[in-house]
Order: sequence, then C-alpha cells, then structure tokens
Amino acid sequence: MRKFSLGSAIMYTLISLYAAICLLPMLLVLMISITDEDAILRNGYSFFPDNFSLYAYKLIFTGGSQVMQSYGISIFVTVVGTLLAVTVTAMAGYTLANKHVKFRNWMALYFFITMIFSAGIVPWYLMNRMLGLTDNILALIIPSLLFSPFNLFLVRNFMNGVPDSLRESATIDGANDITIAFRIYLPLCTPVLATIALFYGLDYWNNWWNAIMLIDSKSLYPLQFMLLQLQSEISMLNEMTMLAGSSDVTLPAESVKMATAIVTIGPIVFLYPYLQKYFVKGLVIGSVKG
Amino acid sequence: MEKRRRLAFGLFSDIRRNGTSYLLILPAMAYTFIFGYMTYPYMIIAFQRFNYTKGIFNSEWVGFQNFEFFFRSYKAVSVTFNTLFLNLLFIVFGTLTALAIALLLNELRKKLFVKLSQSVMLFPHFISWIVVSYVLYAFFSMDMGIINQALNALGLASVNWYTEPEVWPAILTAMNVWKGAGMSAVIYLATITGIDETLYEAAEIDGANRWQMCLRVTLPLMMPTVIILTLLSIGKIMYGDFGMIYALVGDNGTLYSTTDIIDTYVFRSLRQIGDPSEAMAVGLFQSVIGFILVFGTNAITRRFFRDGALY
Repeated sequence: MRKFSLGSAIMYTLISLYAAICLLPMLLVLMISITDEDAILRNGYSFFPDNFSLYAYKLIFTGGSQVMQSYGISIFVTVVGTLLAVTVTAMAGYTLANKHVKFRNWMALYFFITMIFSAGIVPWYLMNRMLGLTDNILALIIPSLLFSPFNLFLVRNFMNGVPDSLRESATIDGANDITIAFRIYLPLCTPVLATIALFYGLDYWNNWWNAIMLIDSKSLYPLQFMLLQLQSEISMLNEMTMLAGSSDVTLPAESVKMATAIVTIGPIVFLYPYLQKYFVKGLVIGSVKG
Repeated sequence: MEKRRRLAFGLFSDIRRNGTSYLLILPAMAYTFIFGYMTYPYMIIAFQRFNYTKGIFNSEWVGFQNFEFFFRSYKAVSVTFNTLFLNLLFIVFGTLTALAIALLLNELRKKLFVKLSQSVMLFPHFISWIVVSYVLYAFFSMDMGIINQALNALGLASVNWYTEPEVWPAILTAMNVWKGAGMSAVIYLATITGIDETLYEAAEIDGANRWQMCLRVTLPLMMPTVIILTLLSIGKIMYGDFGMIYALVGDNGTLYSTTDIIDTYVFRSLRQIGDPSEAMAVGLFQSVIGFILVFGTNAITRRFFRDGALY
C-alpha cells in the first residue's frame, strides 16, 4: 500500500505547487520591502534582490509617523471592539440557550430577520450620520462590527450542548442566573468564545469599510485604510518621511509601501497557529451546520 | 385578540420570572434594533430627492425618477452584468479548485505534509484585500512588475495591465480563487473526513482502487455539501464583493467597463457623487432581486436537502 507510486508523486507535487502559489506572492512583497530602493528602481521587483536595506522599516517605525499613528488606532479599535463584541454576543447567546426563557425562539427570529434582509449601505450610512458616528473613534468600533447574529447563533448552538441538568442542580443549590453564567457556562464555553473572539478580532483588524465611509481625519485612519490611501497618494508618503525628518533624501517609495503592507499583516502572522486552529473549527461549524 | 393579549401577558410574566436573562440579551436586541430595524425606513429615500439638511420627512418626493435615471443610463446593464458575471466566475472556479484540492489532500498520507500545506493555503484568507492589492501590484506593475519582467525576458513588450479592461475578469478571478479556495478546500475536507469509513472498507473488498473510491464514494457523498454551498453563493450573486473590487481596482475609471459592479457604483453615488437617493434606488433594485434569489435558492435547498436550508 505505502510504496512509492507515480500517482502519489504527482499528487504531492500538485499540492506543493498550490501551496507555493499561496505563499510566494507574500514572500515577494516581503523581499521588496527589504530591498534597497535603488536596486528596485534599477531592476524592478525581484525575489532575489542585489542589495538589502532595512531603511524602509526604519522610516516606518520612526516615532510620530503616520504608520505608527494608524497602528495605534488599529490596535485600540481591535482590542476594545473585540472585548465589547464578545461580551455582548456571549450574554445574548446565554439567554437564547436558556430553555427556561419562553420567548427565546421569537428573539432568535428577531435577530435572524436582520441577517437575511439588510437595508443596504445607504440607510446604514444615514443612520450612522444621524447618531453622530462620523469622524470619531466610536465610528470605527460600533457600526457593523460590534455584534453579528452569525456569531450569536454559533454561541447559542454551542451552549445548547451544555446539559440542562447542570443548570438545574446549580439552581437547587441556590445559584442565580449570573452565578450560573459565570461559574458553569463561561468555563465550558471558552472554545466557542475564543472562536468568535478571533472572528471579531480579524474583522476589526482588517476593516476599512467603516473608515472609508465615516472617517475624514488622518489622525483616525486605521492601518488598513492608511494602506489603501498609500497606494495612490504620494503626498501621504511625503508626510511620512517629513515626520521622520528626512525630506531632503530621495523617498524610498516602493520599499516603504511594501514594508507597510508587511507590517499590516504582522499580528496575523504572529497569532497564526492560534488563529488557524479556532478559525477553521468555527467555519466548519458555521458552514456545514452541525 | 384574546391570543395576542395572552402572548403579551406571557412575555410580561416571563420577563418577571427570567429578568436577568432578558437583561443580558438587551444590548444585542437594542443594537439590532438600531442598526437593523431602524435602518429600514430610510429605504424610502429611493423615491425622494434626499437632502441631508431637510432629512427623511421634508425631502421632496420624486416618484420613480431615481430608478429611471439609472435604468436609462448604459450603466444599469453594465454594472448588473459585471456583478453577475464576475460572481459566476468566482463560484465556478472557486468551487472547482477547492474541490480538487480537497480531494487531493484526502489522498495524501503524510500527516505533517497535509497539515503544513493546509496552513499555507489558509494564509491568504486572513489578509485584507488591501494587502492583496499590493501583492497584485508587485506582479502587474507596468515598470517593475514580475509579469512584465518575464515578458521582457521572453522578448515581448511590457503591457500596462492597469489600462487593459479585457484581462481584468481573469485577474480578479485568479485573485479570488487565490484568497478563498484554500479555506473552502479545508471545509470540504472536513466533510470528507465525516464520511463513514466502512464505505471505503466495503469498496476495497469489492476491489475498488483509490481512483474509483474517490470517484464513486467520496465525490457523490460530498455533493450535498458542495451543492448547498453553491446554492448559497448563487443566492448572493447580486451582491458583489465591494472590498475586493475597490481594493484591487479602486477609482481606476479605465477598468470600469469590466470591473464596475453594483456595489462600487452605489458607493460612488453615495460618497463621491453625493447623491444618496440615486444610490438608494440602485441599492433597492439590488436588494429586491437579491431577496428573490435568496428565497428561490433556499426553497430549492429546502426541497432537496432539508438540513442545508438557511431557514
């Protein structure tokens, strides 16, 4: 059975090839970011640069640069947003999974309707304007991202699996709802809470929709949106280097752009093993519907 | 009437009995009310000439004028076609690639290799479309891109890819598959893992080789999941991926003829041209067709795969 065959050799090659296709483009961006600017302008982008240089990273990480400012915004928004979102979702999930609450299915329907039918971006935008969620940090935290019915149902389905007898025996021992939530459900449900924390966290980190719709001030640009602006706006680049106090030097535009892209995926690479484990689990539960 | 009173009374007494539970769900309910239900009335601005200072109550009514403006312009056909066509390409190529990868991965026996290659394949799923646009630029840039370097090495002239609308459906499809197929493959692989092992044992006793098992056991048993997921995507075919298109194409007008979709059109009407009523009219057109499609595909799913239905 296990002996070498042409068939399996082809299969290993095909999968390796696809894996390479997935990884090499990112590697190219990384290589450009550490290439000397002159080498880029001379030879174009390359996997094997002539001269290496970390100058782009030095510029980016100089205090007060737009990248650092945006990094701060993104981290703040992601941490605060994820904490709030997980709390709101977990609390609601706990109620929907409580079989003593008579109207839980009606409430589930209430959430489900908004999942199936959305009014679209124009009402969403007008509502945020009316609430004053424009051009402030709350506009990056509250609209769209703070609560998703999809995650709510993920939590509810998981909590439905907690045996009701646990709740009953706790009630007999004199525990109230809050005690049951914290002492029984919270420890049992950490896997699903970790999963939704990742869903929310990734959404917050990669979000630029809220910024493009609601944010005008540069000081509030999250990292992703800054990266989008960087594509087209050379002025943004100039500002970055001006802050770094080197306006007389030629701007390493190409390597700085690519370095910023690399810096943007930094936390994702860092958290990758954890991310992959829980994310896939959650997606499989969510899409195949267990 | 009697029934309704009893229902209201029931809710009241239930809240008294399970007060804490209702309190815990209150934030989520309020959020959904504000950002879900309270946004629905704004849809009527499709029939107004909406003015930000006059608001929804005092803006002038114009009937179907906004719809007329859209449908009379050549844009209506163009953006609708692009939305449907691009999504169709994404569904077909995405599903086929993911299926092929899942089946291949299932055949491989070296655990570490499978795990490692899965990790690599999932990576593109986690990065934003903006970062992907930088990847794209590294390949397709006019002066410095890898593709043009390769063309030059072969003695061919450089192509300015960012001014060639004809090639963009292919580029967008490739990027969409690149970003998403790994994740779909992992989901499909999870389905394969769930297949009853005894079926393979029986097939082996009957003398089936691996290829036949794949074709006659794995593939047929995966089909329900594949069809359900495909139907779900078809239900959403009127909704384009704004994040993808805007990040990769942006405001590059030369490419609009093949890349402009309903969602980017609505975005421009709202934020760049500044005509919320026109944007809402187009959005409403999208919603109505989209709603019919979601209902239709769900009805089909429910008819044939009871468990896979959305509701």
